[in-house]
Amino acid sequence: MDFSLSSEQQMIQDSVSRFILNDYDFDTRRKILGSTAGYSQENWSVFAELGWLMLPFTEEDGGLGGSMVDLALVMEEFGKGMVVEPFIATAVMAGGLIALAGNQAQKDDYLPKIMAGELQMAFAYAEPQSRYRLNNVKCSAVKTNDEFFITGEKSVVLNGNHAETLIVAARTSGETNDNNGISLFLVDAHHPSVKREGYANVDGHQAADIWFDNTPTLGLLGEQDKALPAIDNIIDKATLAVCAEAVGAMQIAHERTLEYAKTRKQFGRTIGSFQALQHRMVNMFIEHQQAKSILLMAALKMDSNNGRDGKALSAAKSRIGKAASLVGREAIQIHGGIGMTDELDVGHIFKRLTTIQFLFGSTDMHTTRFASL
Amino acid sequence: MNLNFTAEEKNFQQEVQQFLQQKLPKDIATKTKKALHLSKDEYIQWQKILHKQGWAATNWPIEHGGTGWTPTQKYIFANECAKAGGPDVIPFGLKMVAPIIYTFGTQEQKQRFLPDILASNVWWCQGYSETGAGSDLAAVRTTAVKDGDEYVVNGTKTWTTLGQYADWIFCLVRTGEPSAKNQEAISFLLINMHNPKISVSPIITIDGRHEVNEVHFDGVRVPAENLIGAEGKGWTYAKVLLTHERTGIARVAISKDRLVQLKELVETSPDGDNKLIDDAIFAQKIANVEIDLLALEYTELRTLSALSTGQAPGPESSILKIVGTQIIQAIDELYVEAAGYYSMPFVPEQFHDDYDGQHIGPDMATNSSLRYFNNRKTSIYGGSNEIQTNIISKAVLGL
Repeated sequence: MDFSLSSEQQMIQDSVSRFILNDYDFDTRRKILGSTAGYSQENWSVFAELGWLMLPFTEEDGGLGGSMVDLALVMEEFGKGMVVEPFIATAVMAGGLIALAGNQAQKDDYLPKIMAGELQMAFAYAEPQSRYRLNNVKCSAVKTNDEFFITGEKSVVLNGNHAETLIVAARTSGETNDNNGISLFLVDAHHPSVKREGYANVDGHQAADIWFDNTPTLGLLGEQDKALPAIDNIIDKATLAVCAEAVGAMQIAHERTLEYAKTRKQFGRTIGSFQALQHRMVNMFIEHQQAKSILLMAALKMDSNNGRDGKALSAAKSRIGKAASLVGREAIQIHGGIGMTDELDVGHIFKRLTTIQFLFGSTDMHTTRFASL
Repeated sequence: MNLNFTAEEKNFQQEVQQFLQQKLPKDIATKTKKALHLSKDEYIQWQKILHKQGWAATNWPIEHGGTGWTPTQKYIFANECAKAGGPDVIPFGLKMVAPIIYTFGTQEQKQRFLPDILASNVWWCQGYSETGAGSDLAAVRTTAVKDGDEYVVNGTKTWTTLGQYADWIFCLVRTGEPSAKNQEAISFLLINMHNPKISVSPIITIDGRHEVNEVHFDGVRVPAENLIGAEGKGWTYAKVLLTHERTGIARVAISKDRLVQLKELVETSPDGDNKLIDDAIFAQKIANVEIDLLALEYTELRTLSALSTGQAPGPESSILKIVGTQIIQAIDELYVEAAGYYSMPFVPEQFHDDYDGQHIGPDMATNSSLRYFNNRKTSIYGGSNEIQTNIISKAVLGL
């Protein structure tokens, strides 16, 4: 057993860490959120130049062959800066699906552009009625004259408003909750039959609701009717990514709270000198440590099992969700009123820690899934 | 001891229901039910309707224009209002400064201020906290220096809720020697906000709203007759006011109604399948909060019935504040969870009357996070829950 980082891992961690420290401070992030796009194209190019967009892809596909541990390392650093650029939507989810399910021509078409930072994509899977059930797909793809046409609605598609190309999960056979009969399609996001309503989420990430009305596709991705395992797999990978992000965000939330408690004075002494608060900050620390540990467990188990271990992943999401809830709420409470303000980073960390708890399945859903696997 | 309402109480309940049905404007009720924000005008409109009915001041004694209601009547009124979507009154005038004025003010002050508060002719706000005086409220640094028959006020108050609308502010100021012990140097001063030497600057909170403010006083001259009670006694009055504030903060009736609505919400689903109430874990979470709320409801009833009209509650009110806010926050969290992915979009503009864009997600879903974020304040304001814990520890348990 060896938990130390390899020199390559150390290098990539240092490089992301430096970027966050030097180029992604809270004010810079605030400006990015206030911009029209809601994320920085310039940063996206940096991600490409530094090879981060290549990380999730195998060397065979032209990537760096990053492991789950590598992905977690990058995302943990991203979490410290609350990076809003659509790394998960484009590189992990959409790119991941093409790498997993696409044919060689599709890989050749899309993956180099994604890795070069030249293509924004999004994966549209959730629907108004689906909640976290990945097999609950109503949006349909009907074949007419050998071509598929998609009709239906997709909810809160991450990066859905900026994506040039969408990957859409649509039903090609069976009933709404059938595991079989779901297929993936590449779709031109600018096609006139696609209606998109974009917005920012409460955590600053960009998203859209998308309506398809007899929309032609750019092709089937993977085998018809058999897409669920690939969807499952890629959502697990994205889940690991947000788990790691939460671990990074929790670290900052805890650090900020400590700094504040050590300097804020009330009743003639620092509030950090009150035992009632000391114990709570220790609990935050323990939660963060437990979260970091279970993240490592899940990433290592997934790596030792070809990138797949639903049980380990759900254990991590469940435990990290609980930790994120406590750490986020306590960070605000110990800061008091100032923690409620938009001008301080701690409130923004709290918001991201909140959305992560419900992204890709709630804490309870993952606890149940852990028990069932 | 008896749980049932008497015949008179049942009649009163019917009277309240009828009043709400006839007089509560539908748009205000709808907004309140959906937990959307009311405008200043809507609040005033509703409070004036209450006033016309003689029901604006449920806590005041009859002699000053209050209802003189029994605890049971107050309970009935709060519950019927919550069910019908009757908004809470803005507390700063009616529930906070008025009891201080009728308890500690001069006859002149009562005549001057109480009628306008009762009729909602003036909007009050609270000038308590400062940057350096949060939980340690007695550390306020805003000074009021006597100059002839005036005080000259300098300093900055913060977290002033809806201060951007206010005509008047009640303030804790330091009047004593700078060396005086904190609590003995504090006075309670009423200040007209329409003064060029007062400026209000917004503080935006994490839900993106402008609800709280900083209020700056730069050599504001205030007539000495606006001082409540004696110089240096402000801390005593402030503590009385805070116990009034804390009881209101529990919001039991509103939490009850929000739970009822939540249960209705999770008994439906977009396509009739996979209702969230059928998820045993979620159903149990709702049940747990509901059980806690039942206990709190009876704690509140016990507290209220121990008091006669107009009296300030004791340190037990801290229990109501702590548990009441825990429950508010737990219910908010359940709404977020029920909303699933639709808890995420930040589209507050779609709740404005003039919004004509595409609606994103169900209303109850997309404002769930904003409410959850906003209500983190409930365990911080009105004396943080940590301070409430200290109060119980010292004043109730004698530790």
